[in-house]
Amino acid sequence: MSSETTDTHAEHAEHGEHEGMDKKRIWKIFWILAGITTVEFIIALGIAPHLQGTAHAFINPAYIILTLCKAYFIVAFFMHLKFEKAGLIMAIIVPILFIIGLILVLTNESHYWIDLRL
Amino acid sequence: MSTAVAEHVDEVKTTPWSGGRSPFNVEYGKMMMWFFLLSDAFTFSTLLISYGALRFSAPTWPAASLVFQSVPFTSINHAPLVFVGMMTFILIMSSVTMVLAVEAGHRNSKREVVIWMLFTILGGLMFLGCQAGEWTHLHSEGFWWGHVPTTEKLTEFFAPINGHLPPGDQQVRTAHQFANLFFTITGFHGFHVFSGVVINIIITINVLIGTYAKRGSYLMVEKVGLYWHFVDLVWVFVFTFFYLV
Repeated sequence: MSSETTDTHAEHAEHGEHEGMDKKRIWKIFWILAGITTVEFIIALGIAPHLQGTAHAFINPAYIILTLCKAYFIVAFFMHLKFEKAGLIMAIIVPILFIIGLILVLTNESHYWIDLRL
Repeated sequence: MSTAVAEHVDEVKTTPWSGGRSPFNVEYGKMMMWFFLLSDAFTFSTLLISYGALRFSAPTWPAASLVFQSVPFTSINHAPLVFVGMMTFILIMSSVTMVLAVEAGHRNSKREVVIWMLFTILGGLMFLGCQAGEWTHLHSEGFWWGHVPTTEKLTEFFAPINGHLPPGDQQVRTAHQFANLFFTITGFHGFHVFSGVVINIIITINVLIGTYAKRGSYLMVEKVGLYWHFVDLVWVFVFTFFYLV
């Protein structure tokens, strides 16, 4: 009896897993990705060449933020991670945080290398 | 009192982690694909982070808008980012056709799965063709693993800093680093695209001969779809760090 209820429960959950990505939504995500890429092009070709001095420092962070937005839409919707169990989401996202650690260590280190070279 | 305790002990737990079913509620192969992609994400991260470290520690670097400004297969020569923009668009598009194949799989529509898979394969082949064109173009300019253009030609790829071009020895050294990193990282990504196309072809053949229709589920299309989206995801980062930053 109890195993039967578990089965129907699992089946229901699996059905729910497929929800959320119908054709309309797929195309919506496509337009978001295409839009973000267009913004990147506008910055690279239209805005960045005309900026002087300190304003230029905002260009690269802008690219990185836009890239992370694109990554979010691909992983969450195309790869369907947003609709998976919280446990699976954590198992994938938490290890990725270690990469941020490596980025921080090596960017710091590379500023030291440049002093060694000059 | 004692019966109440016994009842409590005998009670069958139904929490996700009490055993008997997958706590993540995903099929084994799909979960393993996720963990493979996680390890692959680490591989690409180390490549891109070492690129970042070398670039940060270099006094100068070839300007992307000067290196990548011609469109292979045409006579267009001063159009920065146009060709790579096209490549990015092709790959995003093939990701979309892949989700559409997965969506058709959920509805068990064999015909639609085949159509969208074929579009995805076509997108992958177009991307590989573009990359071959890009590599050929850079090779003809003199870039390759361990090779850079002649000193006179090399100056064209550097933007002046405060009105001065960086000294020649710096140009040669950083151009070497640029060439090695560019061909290694885009090559590794291109090899992933190539593997993805091969896997997509195998899956499409399986769909055509009815393997998944017999099985009653198109979960394999979903798994290969995860891999394909990952390839697209990596390109998003390669595009930003090689062509924009």
